Amino acid sequence: MFAWHFTEMPYPYLPPLDSLSTMRVSLPNSHYDPKIGADLYNRYLDEYVIASELGLNMLLNEHHQTATCLDVAAPLSAAIVARQTTKGRICILGNPVANRNDPIRIAEEMAMIDNISRGRLDVGYVRGVPYEIFAANTNPTQTVEKLWEGIDLTVMAWTSQEPFNFEGRFTHRRLVNLWPRPYQTPHPAIWITGSSDLESIKKAAGRGYVFATFLQPYDKVKAMFDAYRSNYHDRGLPGGGGMAYMPLVYTAETEAEAEAGAKELTWYLAAKAEPQYRNPPGYVPVSFNVNALRGTYSGRTDAMRAQSIEFLKEQGVMVYGTPDSVAKQIKRFYDFVGGFDHLLMMQQAGSLDHARTVKSMTLFAKEVYPQIKDLPRSQPLNNKAAAE
Amino acid sequence: MSQMSRQISMLKINGLDLEVERRGSGSPLLILTNEEGLELDSPLLDRLAESHELIIPSAPGFGHSSRPEWISSPDDISYLYLDLLDHLAIKNLPVIGFSLGGWLALEMATKSHEIFSKLLLVDSYGVKTGGVTDRDFQDVWTLHPTKVAALKWHDLDKSKRDFANMTDDQLAIVARNIESFARFCWEPYLHNPKLRQRLNRIQAPTLIVWGQNDGIATPAYGKSLAALIKGARFETIASAGHFPHLEQPEVFLALAHSFLG
Repeated sequence: MFAWHFTEMPYPYLPPLDSLSTMRVSLPNSHYDPKIGADLYNRYLDEYVIASELGLNMLLNEHHQTATCLDVAAPLSAAIVARQTTKGRICILGNPVANRNDPIRIAEEMAMIDNISRGRLDVGYVRGVPYEIFAANTNPTQTVEKLWEGIDLTVMAWTSQEPFNFEGRFTHRRLVNLWPRPYQTPHPAIWITGSSDLESIKKAAGRGYVFATFLQPYDKVKAMFDAYRSNYHDRGLPGGGGMAYMPLVYTAETEAEAEAGAKELTWYLAAKAEPQYRNPPGYVPVSFNVNALRGTYSGRTDAMRAQSIEFLKEQGVMVYGTPDSVAKQIKRFYDFVGGFDHLLMMQQAGSLDHARTVKSMTLFAKEVYPQIKDLPRSQPLNNKAAAE
Repeated sequence: MSQMSRQISMLKINGLDLEVERRGSGSPLLILTNEEGLELDSPLLDRLAESHELIIPSAPGFGHSSRPEWISSPDDISYLYLDLLDHLAIKNLPVIGFSLGGWLALEMATKSHEIFSKLLLVDSYGVKTGGVTDRDFQDVWTLHPTKVAALKWHDLDKSKRDFANMTDDQLAIVARNIESFARFCWEPYLHNPKLRQRLNRIQAPTLIVWGQNDGIATPAYGKSLAALIKGARFETIASAGHFPHLEQPEVFLALAHSFLG
């Protein structure tokens, strides 16, 4: 089991949340104080360096126009972390290739970080959450097609050792010729995220990519991981595929302290967005929107909103407690979903401060991780096993 | 609901399945509905069908029409509609285009001098007249849905749709229409940057009708659109928003009948 530290780099110094209609897309940046922001950036980056020193891997992502995430350019933060650390893997989860309109630039950035980190980079791709549609002004009805064309193009760019032309549906290039090539061969491991679309999961599995999902209840995760396992093909990529899951994680010396920390992490789940940002037209299939019109579907994350931490813990969306309790919860989750390979931990959210974040990270690394580190890699249900 | 008999068929046009309704009898009149297809079940079309044979296509991705990947803009749809009229062997007919349908009518009119005898556009999209930070059309995708409804309708009660009592097929059409509208109109938003310079090609007599309370595209916008089309007449309808023909059907019908003759 690989363990990854993660924060979205939130900016929590906002007016009372019930006085805001949205924290995403259209919250005016007059609420942002650059002096506070500068401190936050440096603090969050320090925490990634600490994660590396603690023996954890480092997971980064990006969002735009939102107080929930100041990391608006994950290649920048990943490059800083790559240069400031010497151990632990670094994964961007992910590059919003459907929203960035320039897959070749992404391929270059990833190749550069892979070189600087001497092959410690995993490259994630995301279709992007619904809110991102507005910041990027991406046509919401074709993000899946754009995502896959972008992934295919970056892989071609990494692996082709001769210049080539590309005239796809979304990107046209007359002469693709990547300098530098990636450090890893044939290219860094590729990760992809999902939250219900089994066809995309099967596609990722068939290509030997890592599949990752976030903040979902046990039974949904199991269905997705089963779909992955039964379609996995080893394509010889570094790391050998696998499955990743992200809960909110807080480890403490006492249960009371853990509960207090967990409650602070729920700031992330409470992040509000106006309804039009949650379900842009065509982002989900027509069948989902038929239910939306009936009032029985209101976006993918709403189900988890406003639940108690006890409920979230029961569902595996939150993991918190003393080190032994946290290890037990992770093993329970592991058994329930049929095993997985990467534990992605959102260990910081909202206004959880530096000292308490580091305390939780340290307790996890020293007292929990040894208990779960040797959980076996997940096994494909058919085909040859993933290469270790 | 419509009382008249509606003949709906799927026609194969340039490889795609296009749903086309024929209703009423008389000289042919092309009806290009708004992006929500709200005219289809309104009494308005029955009234028009008393004196015309209405030809009412559903655009690709709307209604039951298929939506191939190569169709990505109203410009593409307009060529398909020209193919449709070729297929039906009809030309030199009048058209009424509502909202998105108005834009489609403009696209068609700039591509053929022979296709339309008259153009009646109602709160049409299609042309940007303002500057880079002006919103010619309020953003229906970033505004809160209740705000969008208030901008669109003068009488909010008329905006209500009874989704709870719709069949799966009806709801799927609502959802498809919403999705396809975004597919074709997301960016550039509700306009074709080329269209403005093509409007000089329009020769048919043109009437542009606008809801006085349209908050999505204001009457001032409508007037500036009319000014770009040679000889176009501009009329407003009071106590009506973006769909004046649905909010004030009698006023609209009087204007339409007198214009179409």
